[in-house]
Amino acid sequence: MRITRVVSATLLALGLAAGPAAADSTPSASPSEDSSAPTEAGTSFRTAAEIDQGRTVTASGSAGDYLYWSFPADAGQRPTVKAKVKLPQEHAGQTWQIDVYDGLRRRQACQYGAQARTAAPGTASVDLACVLRTVRAWSEPWADDPLPGTYYVRLTVVGLKTADLGLPMDAELRVDSEDIGGSAAVDGSLAEPLVPGVAVTSEADEEDASASAVLSSIEPEDGWSSGWWSDRWVWTAVGGILAALAGIGGYALTRGSGRPTRVPPAA
Amino acid sequence: MIRTQRLAAGVCALLAALAAGIAFPAGAVADETTASAPKVDLVLDVSGSMRAKDIDGGTRMAAAKQAFNEVLDATPENVLLGIRTLGANYPGDDRKAGCKDTAQLYPVGPLDRTEAKTAVATLSPTGWTPIGPALLKAADDLDGGTGSKRIVLISDGEDTCAPLDPCEVAREIAAKGIGLTIDTLGLVPNVKMRQQLSCIAEATGGTYTSVEHTDELTDRVNQLVDRAADPVVTPVATQGADSCAKAPTLKSGLYTDREEFGQERWYRVDVDPGQELRASVSVSADRDMNPDYGVLLRAVTVHGREIVRGEAAGIGRTDVISTGLRYPKAESDEDEAPAETVCLQVTNSFSAASGVKTTPGMPLELTVDVVDGPSQASDVASFGLGRGWWLLGALVLTGFLAGLLWGWLSRWRVSIWRTN
Repeated sequence: MRITRVVSATLLALGLAAGPAAADSTPSASPSEDSSAPTEAGTSFRTAAEIDQGRTVTASGSAGDYLYWSFPADAGQRPTVKAKVKLPQEHAGQTWQIDVYDGLRRRQACQYGAQARTAAPGTASVDLACVLRTVRAWSEPWADDPLPGTYYVRLTVVGLKTADLGLPMDAELRVDSEDIGGSAAVDGSLAEPLVPGVAVTSEADEEDASASAVLSSIEPEDGWSSGWWSDRWVWTAVGGILAALAGIGGYALTRGSGRPTRVPPAA
Repeated sequence: MIRTQRLAAGVCALLAALAAGIAFPAGAVADETTASAPKVDLVLDVSGSMRAKDIDGGTRMAAAKQAFNEVLDATPENVLLGIRTLGANYPGDDRKAGCKDTAQLYPVGPLDRTEAKTAVATLSPTGWTPIGPALLKAADDLDGGTGSKRIVLISDGEDTCAPLDPCEVAREIAAKGIGLTIDTLGLVPNVKMRQQLSCIAEATGGTYTSVEHTDELTDRVNQLVDRAADPVVTPVATQGADSCAKAPTLKSGLYTDREEFGQERWYRVDVDPGQELRASVSVSADRDMNPDYGVLLRAVTVHGREIVRGEAAGIGRTDVISTGLRYPKAESDEDEAPAETVCLQVTNSFSAASGVKTTPGMPLELTVDVVDGPSQASDVASFGLGRGWWLLGALVLTGFLAGLLWGWLSRWRVSIWRTN
């Protein structure tokens, strides 16, 4: 009897410790510099340069260009887009802005971060940031919640004097995301991630493997998540174990220690 | 020793074979895919003003020549490159003759670097700046083929051949051809020229760059030629109707169309039960627009009931405004349920000042994807699983109470049994 109690107490303690430990969210993208990172940006949704998360990419262009990149974001991630625009020594003040669009080209709101910023004349650079909402595995068609798939970043100058038009500029862009974990795990999932042209690509794959240009061939490094795993399994399982142990505890309490006093010893 | 030599010979043979393997298919591919090869036409201003000595101490012409030499060296193999000049031949004062002065210096085709360089070397600054006519001719040079097409215009002065506005010309070219982009570079530009060249670029989704140094010019032209070489999906031209009944039926793919101010465009898509329709639309601001605008994409049944809509509005400088929608059609119990025809309606709320031309319409890009439907959510949480301390507390409490109850019940039963 005593052994059971000790074991159950230990299990209880273990369970309590393991639950939150497993549930802790860990940042997903580990920073890694790569020399093969793109040094070009696209100029439209169609030509957007495909980049990976956790990698700093660069591009050069002119003030007035619309620079496009695209990156993959999977369910449970909360992407943060950071851009740095390096301006020439002499300019008359420019306002730069980043916009993020999802795979359906719907504009995605930034929760926080300086999405647009004005560089005073003579400033060497502007830093922009946009923290997106958490990407969900599923949402109703009438909502514009972020869904797994391609995301487009557009960097452009929104306010400039004509004298500054066409001046050279350099841009740096980096996308990192925080793994929100089970608290963002929703039911339901898309059959295909929200990658433009995915229907055309899958058809082409069947017919001919060497399909040339595709709208977006983007995929996270370790593939799209299947969506069935979340730490909710751990929480629920631990909860079940704890309930069972508490049940045993409650039962044991009613039994007291040893035989009931009212029962005659000779019975 | 012999073994080493053999090994070396083997490696050499292997390398040779590899090199041949790389070389031959490249040539073969170039022949086969000429139709889909990207085409670039470099249009160079050779007007009299190119004599000005203000780029890195040399003349503008010298800078352009040096840049061209380097660009010709770096041009990717698969790009068909041509060179056109404007104002290179007629030195006189007759405006009419001067404004016709544009010539093909090197035809658009597989590049012979030596020949092209020789041709460039012969140029000397001469005449007028007929940008509009040169662009029209350049568009003709690029005619044919299915690959991407790009005109790179390098100029040092604004168009001297009014009333033909090169900006209008660019818009008309864009309306005619699919995937034709005009990028412009201004050498030592002034305000008016900046406006004109960036207007030309924006009309076709291209870029404008100011150039003050030779290396800037080289880098930028190289960048533009490389961009042309990147494979890009070419959209299919379609023409939306003004009502759903007359609308063209689209399958999954990328489409392009034109839409005027306040115009409605309708398209139809067939969606089987259990499939999901994804559509996104972008309308480009290719001319001087008022700074408040929007676009609306509606999915409507054939009977006119709205299913879902995507809407976007914007303010300020933009190249494009876009929105999208998803429509998952529910599974049907019937075996041979017919596909539903969904009508897509695109409207825009762009507006422009009275002087701005309204035709041709603005470029409209439509992406249609019909994919398998999503698995519907039966609960908010993933598989209805729980999470958090409240869940643990509730479960522990329930378990404890259940245990307690069970214990009492069994004690009660035992005591009943004993008394009997």
